[in-house]
Amino acid sequence: MSQITDLSFSELKKALGDRTLSSVDITNAFLDRIETLNPTLNAFITITHDEAMQAAKEADAAISNGTATAYTGLPIAHKDLFCTDGTLTTCGSKILSNFVAPYDAHVVSQCKNAGLVSLGKLNMDEFAMGSSNENSYYGPVKNPWDTTRVPGGSSGGSAAAVAAQLTPLATATDTGGSIRQPAAFTGTSGLKPTYGRVSRFGMIAYASSLDQGGLIAHTAEDVAHGLGLIAGHDSRDSTSANQPVPDYTETLNDSLKGKVIGIPKQFFDDRLDSRMHQAMNDVLEVFKSLGATTIEVSLDHVAEAIPAYYVIAPAEASANLSRFDGVRFGYRADSPADLMDLYERSRGEGFGSEVKRRILIGTYALSEGYYDAYYKKAQQIRRLIRDDFNRALSSCDLLFGPTTPSTAFVLGEKTADPVAMYLEDIYTVATNMAGLPGGSFQAPLIDGLPTGYQLTGRAFGESMILNAAHQVQLATDWHTLRPEGV
Amino acid sequence: MSLTSDDVKRVAKLARLGLTEAETTETLAQLNSILELVDQMQQIDTHGVAPLAHPLELKQTLRADAVTETDQREKFQAIAPQADAGLYLVPRVVE
Repeated sequence: MSQITDLSFSELKKALGDRTLSSVDITNAFLDRIETLNPTLNAFITITHDEAMQAAKEADAAISNGTATAYTGLPIAHKDLFCTDGTLTTCGSKILSNFVAPYDAHVVSQCKNAGLVSLGKLNMDEFAMGSSNENSYYGPVKNPWDTTRVPGGSSGGSAAAVAAQLTPLATATDTGGSIRQPAAFTGTSGLKPTYGRVSRFGMIAYASSLDQGGLIAHTAEDVAHGLGLIAGHDSRDSTSANQPVPDYTETLNDSLKGKVIGIPKQFFDDRLDSRMHQAMNDVLEVFKSLGATTIEVSLDHVAEAIPAYYVIAPAEASANLSRFDGVRFGYRADSPADLMDLYERSRGEGFGSEVKRRILIGTYALSEGYYDAYYKKAQQIRRLIRDDFNRALSSCDLLFGPTTPSTAFVLGEKTADPVAMYLEDIYTVATNMAGLPGGSFQAPLIDGLPTGYQLTGRAFGESMILNAAHQVQLATDWHTLRPEGV
Repeated sequence: MSLTSDDVKRVAKLARLGLTEAETTETLAQLNSILELVDQMQQIDTHGVAPLAHPLELKQTLRADAVTETDQREKFQAIAPQADAGLYLVPRVVE
């Protein structure tokens, strides 16, 4: 028999349901593996060993006395951007290095209420700003497929932890690609839901009009289970959508016959690496064999999504991060001379360089005299991008493209050039600007490294994305490949 | 548009962000390369396009004006850098 940690979230659910495994067995197995591999991978910032074992015992008791939910006793780990009551919540930053959150994020309480056992808190780029997980105050995360390479970011800890089988399911967040890009780099399945699908209450804000919580796991089916737990209306987030939550697992086996996959021509121009192009064609052949057809569509303004994003996201970040002032919580500089010195040094010492860059860009873009040239212009381009997507999705069911331009790059390769790092998200950012759901799923390896294909759906069309990816996973084995040597 | 090091210092002051001289110099070049990227926006004609703040253009919801929060002052102040008698302490502001 395979090891417990080889099992996917859905397989563990079945084993718990059949009583072939207990939650204590499962929790022990994952905690042991974390203890062995985390020193190399650095995927976890905090491991909640004792709390997890306690929760597992309670889960087993609930299962024997009949008070369990369908998910009681299954493991999860949370990106360290979700507030967890009584547990250190750092957001990858020095400025929150002593922040024990006084409340649970909505996503965390939903998971707790369903009986999930949290194994700990996952590493990430500081304040979710980055595409390589090298911007963490707690050190970079290593890619389990090749520890000289990055796992992607900002949800690099979530992706690496799932890929290395340290947890079968992880929460993550995506503002410009932070779920999908690391999923592609680590051979995992990741979904960024529609803006508003998952409450942002208790998610430490980066860019509030773009941030969205989601999940990373081994399969689309696992993600479907997780999304059902965390999606839904929450009055504590005023942008949370009051839309019914479907059973995402119920439609996984729908046929793809007659479904139309739109291929944005801008994603397949001659700048796309030829081997990545081939990997994408291999995935498209599977879709066609399952009865789907393809049409070419155009997203005319997709190239301007990155420039507009690097106005909107920093502008919103500069406002959101003003709350970290060394007064009410978090890091405070030693012996401040006066209040201004307290603010400037607490923030100057507490934030890392990428966070500082984005605060400065955002503050500049919003400063007197520059609003029209930057923020307003970016919001106008945002409408053009959104309209492009809506037009394209009126002639097809899903949009298809590569998640990233290449496979995972080497640690340190792009750290000196912020703009080169920003261009990593060239295929993912536009989806956030349009507020649409997007998923990245496993495509063929290139030189032994994972690649991902991306599906973008209509607003609240997560079921369609997960259905399509699940059908591909039934027909292929790309999602079953695991990194060797870890 | 290109920034000078005085611009960086002015913006850092607005953002209450302490930067060392070395950081200011390093940041200046990086911020200018980011602004060069951002300036690609100017190639797009957006005349007459309404700015879009929320992708799904949801309307702001209202709730009844009722107290929903309980007093958790002690729990919140337990994680403050410096608090006393229910107050957050900072260096003296008024002499």
